[in-house]
Amino acid sequence: MSASIETPTAQVQAQVHEPPHPLREFWSYFSQNQGAVAGLLVFAVICLVAISADFTHPHPPNEQFREHFLQPPMWQEGGSAEFPLGTDAVGRDMLSRIMHGARYSLVIGLIVISLSLTAGITLGLVAAFHRGVIEIVVMRTMDILLSLPSLLLAVVIVAILGPDLFNAMLAISVVYIPHLVRLTRAAALTERSKDYVTASRVAGAGTLRLAVVTVLPNCLAPLIVQATLSFSSAILDAAALGFLGMGAQPPTPEWGTMLAEAREFVLRAWWVVTFPGVAILVTVLALNLLGDGLRDALDPKLKRM
Amino acid sequence: MIRFILTRVGLVLPTFIGITLLAFAMIRLIPGDPVELLVGERGMTAERHAQLRAGLGLDKPLLVQYASYIGGVLHGDLGKSIVTKRPVSEEFFTLFPATVELSLCALLFAVLLGLPAGIIAAVRRGSTFDHTVMGVALTGYSMPIFWWGLLLIILFSGILGWTPVSGRISLLFYFDAVTGFMLIDSLLSGQEGAFVSTLSHLVLPTIVLGTIPLAVIARQTRSAMLEVLNEDYVRTARAKGLAPLRVIGLHALRNALIPVVTVIGLQVGVLFSGAVLTETIFAWPGIGKWLIDSISRRDYPSVQGGILLIATTVILVNLAVDLVYGLINPRIRHNR
Repeated sequence: MSASIETPTAQVQAQVHEPPHPLREFWSYFSQNQGAVAGLLVFAVICLVAISADFTHPHPPNEQFREHFLQPPMWQEGGSAEFPLGTDAVGRDMLSRIMHGARYSLVIGLIVISLSLTAGITLGLVAAFHRGVIEIVVMRTMDILLSLPSLLLAVVIVAILGPDLFNAMLAISVVYIPHLVRLTRAAALTERSKDYVTASRVAGAGTLRLAVVTVLPNCLAPLIVQATLSFSSAILDAAALGFLGMGAQPPTPEWGTMLAEAREFVLRAWWVVTFPGVAILVTVLALNLLGDGLRDALDPKLKRM
Repeated sequence: MIRFILTRVGLVLPTFIGITLLAFAMIRLIPGDPVELLVGERGMTAERHAQLRAGLGLDKPLLVQYASYIGGVLHGDLGKSIVTKRPVSEEFFTLFPATVELSLCALLFAVLLGLPAGIIAAVRRGSTFDHTVMGVALTGYSMPIFWWGLLLIILFSGILGWTPVSGRISLLFYFDAVTGFMLIDSLLSGQEGAFVSTLSHLVLPTIVLGTIPLAVIARQTRSAMLEVLNEDYVRTARAKGLAPLRVIGLHALRNALIPVVTVIGLQVGVLFSGAVLTETIFAWPGIGKWLIDSISRRDYPSVQGGILLIATTVILVNLAVDLVYGLINPRIRHNR
């Protein structure tokens, strides 16, 4: 409150009219959604596990215990507290591998999101600010990419680049670009026709400044929501590629790859199949809950409907 | 209406050309010698290499190569598989019915469960049923379906022993493919138990492939119904004293269905993606498994042709959905 306001009435008025800080407003919307808060908490725990895996894991993820092949989890007969979730076919500790898998999944999600956001926002802004031939070329290319089923497109890209984790991440990033381009372009086109952009243009701002400094910050809400939801899809798709043998390669403790290795024991050792899948499901579910909550909080119009 | 159809079809053509470009470029982007990739021979003599290269037209300029490729595609010539030496299109269309059959069953499963669940959840908003359906739907939407399939195999094939683990029909039965759809063919064959065997092989893959569409359809139906139930005309219908079932079934549902139909149409791509995983888990002899096998066998002509055909199918189905949509909803065709 400025020092010039001294009368009590003016102070009250100032209090009434002062809008809440955007973050506080966001949190009040967000925290109403219990599912979203739960999602956030679970996601925070997964992040903690991923970061601290090196210090908290019971065993190194790739260490083999030759006396303990396919040992069941500790609460089953034959299990022991040394391997709480049992061991896999070559005697590696399931719990440690799943903890390290969290690290892979989060890094995969982060890299995919960063790559596809960068490319998607750039192309979307270019299409919105260079209408005509460039826009048509960009948007038609996106249509072509969208007409291929997502996993199939990723599989083909991996087939061209060769199967490994980084190529899988690249492929998944490419798959998500079209959605982000469309979203950015649509939002930027709406903003572009508004008065404040015209004012900025009249004041002499160049196209680059208009696009990045003036328009982009106002298009962020749908992009943040889409990024969160793509984060979860990226984890799912990377696991699917790993499962098909086109993502991370053994012995990497990536959840999808672990499932692929466990496939042949599906009827003999339920734990090697069950736990990596539970890890994927819980992570993706938490992120989807979080994404739904973000959408409601960042787009109050939708919420009121 | 004709104008609407022409615009929509006009938009599809550049996409199709783009897909052919992608398929054409793919085989040239893969590291390695395209002659070796296309013929599948190693350690060729220089003469044989040059001969094959000329035979494949790879010595001509790129534009000419592309033109002859397009010419081939338009005549249905998609090249020959390196492994089986059979035409790619022939392989594709032999296996295609298996995928279509599985996808249709999955879609049917998703619609038959998803629509009523979404409607009831919307009508009883805030009830335990609503919360349960939405919770299950979100879980289904987040489900890694390849793991879901393995879990179902553990439960129904391993522990309960109710369903077979893989394939389309028990090896005890053999009959010639008439339609390629096993459900129909097994009935036509007249062999006792063949139909039941087909059905039992179909159950688990259908559930696995249908899970994500089911979740999407239930969520979409619920939100569309909620929107419509707040409309004035629904209130009017209720005020007139119409039976609740009539209001929901006739007045509300009809309008709520429009976005739901779109979402169902969009599931075609999801189904193809899912088919790749589902067919791999259940050893289902469809194009999803064929494509993955082709990639791991480095059978690139098959991959190239398969991609083109799958993308074309998706484009055509989406076009059909768009046209039907314009047909049932006049607002769409006049807005464009």
